[in-house]
Amino acid sequence: MGQDFEAEEVAATPETAEAEMARLLDDGVQFIVLLADDATTLTLADQAGDRAMVFNAMARGDNLRGADCRFNTIHVAPSRAMMTDALTQFLMWKNWPRWFLIHGSHPEDQALAQAWRTSAAKFGAQIVEEREYTDTGGARRTDSGHVQVQAQMPVFTQRAAEHDVVITADEADVFAAYLPYLTWDARPVAGSAGLVPRSWHPAMEAWGGTQFQNRFEKLAARPIREEDYQTWLSLRIVGEAATRTNSGDPAALKDFILSPDFDVAGFKGQALTVRDWDHQVRQPILLTTGVLTTSVSPQDQYLHQTSQLDTLGIDRPETQCQF
Amino acid sequence: MRHLLSATTGLAVLLAAGPALANRVFVTNERSNDVTVLDGETFEVIGTYPVGNRPRGITISPDGTELYVCASDDNLVRVFDPNTMEELHTLPSGPDPELFVLHPSGNPLFIANEDDNIVTVVDTQTHQVLAEVPVGVEPEGMGVSPDGAFVINTSETTNMAHFIDTSTYEIVANVLVDSRPRFAQYTADGSKLYVTSEIGGTVSVIDPETRTITKKISFEIPGVLPEAIQPVGARVTSDGTKLFVALGPANRVAVIDAATDEVIDYLLVGQRVWQLAFSPDEKYLYTTNGNSNDVSIIDVAANEVVRSVPVGQQPWGVVVAPD
Repeated sequence: MGQDFEAEEVAATPETAEAEMARLLDDGVQFIVLLADDATTLTLADQAGDRAMVFNAMARGDNLRGADCRFNTIHVAPSRAMMTDALTQFLMWKNWPRWFLIHGSHPEDQALAQAWRTSAAKFGAQIVEEREYTDTGGARRTDSGHVQVQAQMPVFTQRAAEHDVVITADEADVFAAYLPYLTWDARPVAGSAGLVPRSWHPAMEAWGGTQFQNRFEKLAARPIREEDYQTWLSLRIVGEAATRTNSGDPAALKDFILSPDFDVAGFKGQALTVRDWDHQVRQPILLTTGVLTTSVSPQDQYLHQTSQLDTLGIDRPETQCQF
Repeated sequence: MRHLLSATTGLAVLLAAGPALANRVFVTNERSNDVTVLDGETFEVIGTYPVGNRPRGITISPDGTELYVCASDDNLVRVFDPNTMEELHTLPSGPDPELFVLHPSGNPLFIANEDDNIVTVVDTQTHQVLAEVPVGVEPEGMGVSPDGAFVINTSETTNMAHFIDTSTYEIVANVLVDSRPRFAQYTADGSKLYVTSEIGGTVSVIDPETRTITKKISFEIPGVLPEAIQPVGARVTSDGTKLFVALGPANRVAVIDAATDEVIDYLLVGQRVWQLAFSPDEKYLYTTNGNSNDVSIIDVAANEVVRSVPVGQQPWGVVVAPD
């Protein structure tokens, strides 16, 4: 088709990110993929303004799709709400509506806990008890640390109200991974450990995923992570727009990506599109356990008047986003 | 011993069946690694035969003496005697063969190698690789013009139909179609080429002379979500009046007036309908239904499903022996 693409990779710390962003914008780069936390993503998106289209390939904050939404930002990473809705649909299908919610003490853990509360209300689950696992700091790696963990986790989960499943909200990766098999009551663990919602997983082999995995592993010599998939999908969106419009004009590509005609294939079994109310990419969410893909949400039973994918995350009537 | 016994019994039935030999239906079962053979007159299962790992594409020589099976996970094409289902020899296919098409004369065989972005051309007599043609990313669908001058390959991620000149093995044209093109099918008179797009949800009608899209057929089924409508296999009657398109997870086969390229009916079949094959007299059309482990049999004149027959696990491809 006579089109050439060039990708430049820039590594930055939170301190140097704005300077690097300024340099890219001055160089006339008009499509920028960000792998950054919620706050940095918002800062850099504001810095880009109307000079570049920004792809959020990592930050899951619901506020970035809500009150803090930006017209120039396409959220390729799923939001926290999409992740918790995806798992909630499965738990309701499994008939496990009574939840014991354990969340961490970091702000992102609190935000995730809030997403769980919203999902529970949306789909009719009941949070019968909540506890906070406080991160007291200290060394994460100690010799024979498992001895204490084995004693601490059962005690921490003792005497909870009658529940079907333990939901963990631990984005900071402090405690959830220790919980499976160590809860006081014999209950499955889900959320940040156990059954985990993900945008992508190395074992995903349906819908042509095998070939995608093979190409990635050949290129990177390691299994794929969610950030890799989300970055790839961001670049694929730009490529798809260039192919379909047969244009290299950034304005034409941006218009097309935001038009109702745009869709892209992302090895998830259906066309992926962009929500016009908050610029979130609609997508199925994988529910994974260790080395396996256990299920893919939305679950069949949850229907929607426009797209079944809109049963995941913040739908048009609830959005707080105003461009 | 048990295995040997059933093979002998199968043979005895075949010999007794006499003239009905010609009408046998061969179905590859992707998951159970075997081929189910049906009697085309009675629709009874004659037998089930192991054919190697992950059998998908299947075709038969014009004289009915050699049955070709893509054993995807064995990285080769296995060739069987259709009468005895004994393996005659194998053909080098390149890695991960998925679908293939025979030259109308019966030689050579053109194979799509999904993992390596090439089409492998193999001589069915000498068993030698004649050429490897580099194509787009994830080659899948293979069609051949009735005069054998061109082979069409569709690449699922590049989203193109590649026209390969069979005298030079060079790509002479690329036509951009909708997302994840799966299958390419010429009309018998060579005047039209149909290319199905799984994620795009359409069938592109291509003029092989000008190599341009003249029309896109889209589908709408009351009560079925648009994203579930995923066109895959396609077959057109030799008189060019009717086109049948398998719609994957929509569990329907679309019937299209091939003169006007308008949809005239949707037939409910099994789950995740994938590939299609006519009986030699085109009285019946067989569909493979991957998620319900059966084959639906459609009365072509009446646009009616007349039977469904359980086969192996995850039926994928189907071919019917010529008269």
